[in-house]
Amino acid sequence: MRGLPPALITAIVLVAGFAACAVQFPNIASTRVVGNLLTDNAFLGIVAAGMTFVIISGGIDLSVGSVIGFTTVFVALAIERWGMPPLVAFVVVIALSAAFGAAMGAVIHVFDLPPFIVTLAGMFLARGASFLLSTESIPITAPIYSNVSDFALRLPGGGRLTAIAIIMLAIVIGGALLLHLTRFGANVYALGGSRTTASLMGVAVGKMTVKIYMLSGLLAGIAGIVFSFYTSAGYSLSAVGVELDTIAAVVIGGTLLTGGQGSVIGTFLGVLIQGLIQTYINFDGTQSSWWTKIATGILLFAFIALQQGLVALARRPLAKSAGAAT
Amino acid sequence: MQNSPDPALPLLEVRGISKSFGAVRALQEVDFTLRAGEIHALLGENGAGKSTLIKVVTGVFPRDAGIVRIGGEEVAPRSAKAALAAGIATVYQEVNLLPNLSVAQNLFLDRQPMRFGIVREGEMRRRAKALLAEFGLDIDVAAPLSSYSVAVQHVTAIARAVDLSARVLILDEPTASLDRHEVEILFGIMRQLAKRGIGIVFVSHFLDQVYEISDRITVLRNGRLVGERETASLPRLELIRLMLGRELAETTSARASVGEHKVREICASFENYGKAGYVAPFNLELRHGEVVGLAGLLGSGRTETARLVFGAERADGGKARVEGAPVRLQSPRDGVRHGFGYCPEERKTDGIVAELTVRENIVLALQAKRGLHRPLSRREQDELARRYVKMLDIRPPDPERPVGLLSGGNQQKVLLARWLATSPRLLVLDEPTRGIDVGAHAEIIRLIRELCDDGLSLLVISSELDEIVTYSDRVVVLRDRAHIEELAGEAIDVGNILAAIAADSVAVALEAHT
Repeated sequence: MRGLPPALITAIVLVAGFAACAVQFPNIASTRVVGNLLTDNAFLGIVAAGMTFVIISGGIDLSVGSVIGFTTVFVALAIERWGMPPLVAFVVVIALSAAFGAAMGAVIHVFDLPPFIVTLAGMFLARGASFLLSTESIPITAPIYSNVSDFALRLPGGGRLTAIAIIMLAIVIGGALLLHLTRFGANVYALGGSRTTASLMGVAVGKMTVKIYMLSGLLAGIAGIVFSFYTSAGYSLSAVGVELDTIAAVVIGGTLLTGGQGSVIGTFLGVLIQGLIQTYINFDGTQSSWWTKIATGILLFAFIALQQGLVALARRPLAKSAGAAT
Repeated sequence: MQNSPDPALPLLEVRGISKSFGAVRALQEVDFTLRAGEIHALLGENGAGKSTLIKVVTGVFPRDAGIVRIGGEEVAPRSAKAALAAGIATVYQEVNLLPNLSVAQNLFLDRQPMRFGIVREGEMRRRAKALLAEFGLDIDVAAPLSSYSVAVQHVTAIARAVDLSARVLILDEPTASLDRHEVEILFGIMRQLAKRGIGIVFVSHFLDQVYEISDRITVLRNGRLVGERETASLPRLELIRLMLGRELAETTSARASVGEHKVREICASFENYGKAGYVAPFNLELRHGEVVGLAGLLGSGRTETARLVFGAERADGGKARVEGAPVRLQSPRDGVRHGFGYCPEERKTDGIVAELTVRENIVLALQAKRGLHRPLSRREQDELARRYVKMLDIRPPDPERPVGLLSGGNQQKVLLARWLATSPRLLVLDEPTRGIDVGAHAEIIRLIRELCDDGLSLLVISSELDEIVTYSDRVVVLRDRAHIEELAGEAIDVGNILAAIAADSVAVALEAHT
């Protein structure tokens, strides 16, 4: 479908990168490493799925990293200090983050403000709120946490597909179905094409904006819970800068930063590429982990250049008739 | 659900619509009647109020007064969506569809066939294909809309509108970016739709096409209804007269005000100057103390000529001379350097900076000319502002008022002042009286004459022929992006200009298409 060609390129880059890594470190090509890759990047995959919707609709959500941080602190406090049953805490925090996203969407639509500014404010707000709750790292000792950490599907070759990796895969698949098969998904693309036109064609732009940011907030909340499973703690400084990793994954996955084109599957592949780079650097052992950022940066540049090229190519047949309209 | 319309009643009735934007009266008591199954051309020059009328009828702009009835029932849509629900669909020149979605998604956006919450993609494509087949289009509906030509996009937009049970279809300049063959296809579709009883409003500035397709013509000028006629009984000359000027008898006397001809020195001259596909090469001499008017219909190449002269557009051939010396005009900076000034047509978007004060707007061009390292002192600025506010009678006479708060006429004067402050030798005015009320209108014209008496050379574009006749020493008539005639002295009158514009335009248009 739409957006597949760029996503296909992402897939090729991933496979080629994986093969190159495997040549140097044959151990990388094992289900164990792949399983860990999925587990380590589960929260990123979840939040990036939500970000994909936002970016395709022509927006951006800078608040997701802070929402993850807030969620971990809230969950830790609720379970450990306030004695809330974990499941209740999860439901409450997901509702909170979804409402937070919806509120940002409403502000963006009602006051016609740039999403960048509104979600930047949201980012400071959520981070500030998590500091208000607690400034220290709170370990979570509830039994559900050890149970979830212990649960895993055995993969052939000794790998483990953990619960949080499964949650991430389910959300990626669900997100892809939502984006490509439903009216909601079509409207997301419509908004990214042009808000004005979409509105003229009968799309309820306001409702859609609220729903899209609500979805992003909701997934950020789930990502926060998954992150707390991953670290077994809540800390107000966790997931700082994750919004940028997320945007990078979405763009590397072939989604147009200006909206209108993209796919959740591409984003998932983008997350895996970032994870692969990290894994490679861990294997190598001599490089600073900051090389992950540098490699990601180079990839980003490459993909943005590629997209511009594709966009220019797509516009070419129209250039002639556009010139005649002056 | 809807009753079939009573044939005795017009399909769309617009009565006494008025609309103002601030001090500018865009529409005054306009009536418009569309019958079922007719193709009705809505004509008028730029700024005549065609777009405003469409936007008011379709609810994009709220109206100040008047009523709209569809099939006898009063409607007051508040949005394009509500207008669509009432049965009025509009297809704009800039196709209002989503280029990034597939053709099928565009046709069925927000009303896709669904099953269990999932879009039935196959069914949607099948229906899209069937719908487009009715319009003689057989294309891959799964491909993105942007991969098709503007013509296909137009037909898609029309198909969507018709499928949404539109009874009134408004086509705003639908043929502007189509070639001859595509126009034929579109006209075929329009005739077919009219046969089905749909009323079509056709907005176009291609008069040949209007005569080819329309049953009836309504002409607007300066926001007023000038007339509604049957196409068959309206000769072309008469139509152009309706669009451009008052009755001949009223205007012939106005010429007297232009002073006697003296031989004046050439200020700037252009020889074989032109740009392929923009304006055909032309010769033009502009003399000190002389007003040259550019007359022609919308799209005839008037603004294009002005932009070439100023350097806003690069010529690809010909020579330009200023005071006899050859010059290169490749950018507006070049134009300014040689002492040219340009007041564009779109004051709001291209000219004034609404947030800045009158003083700041006036000093803009002069400061730009001097460069940033030679700032005008506040005292000099105040002095300049005071002088021009007085000289041009800008009201209210407050140099510190933001320009956006002034009326259209006064904004125009500020723009004039900006260029006068640079002491130009040549000033190009594109539609200087557009959107200005009658009093200010006369004043601007008086100013134009005065400036010219001071030795300034003026090149003025206007759709108001009687106005051009009033102040011009020479008039260049344009048609189909070429200079076709130059009138001087006694030869300048509305009748001659009209005759030049209307003369064998059919032949010329045919030539252009082959």
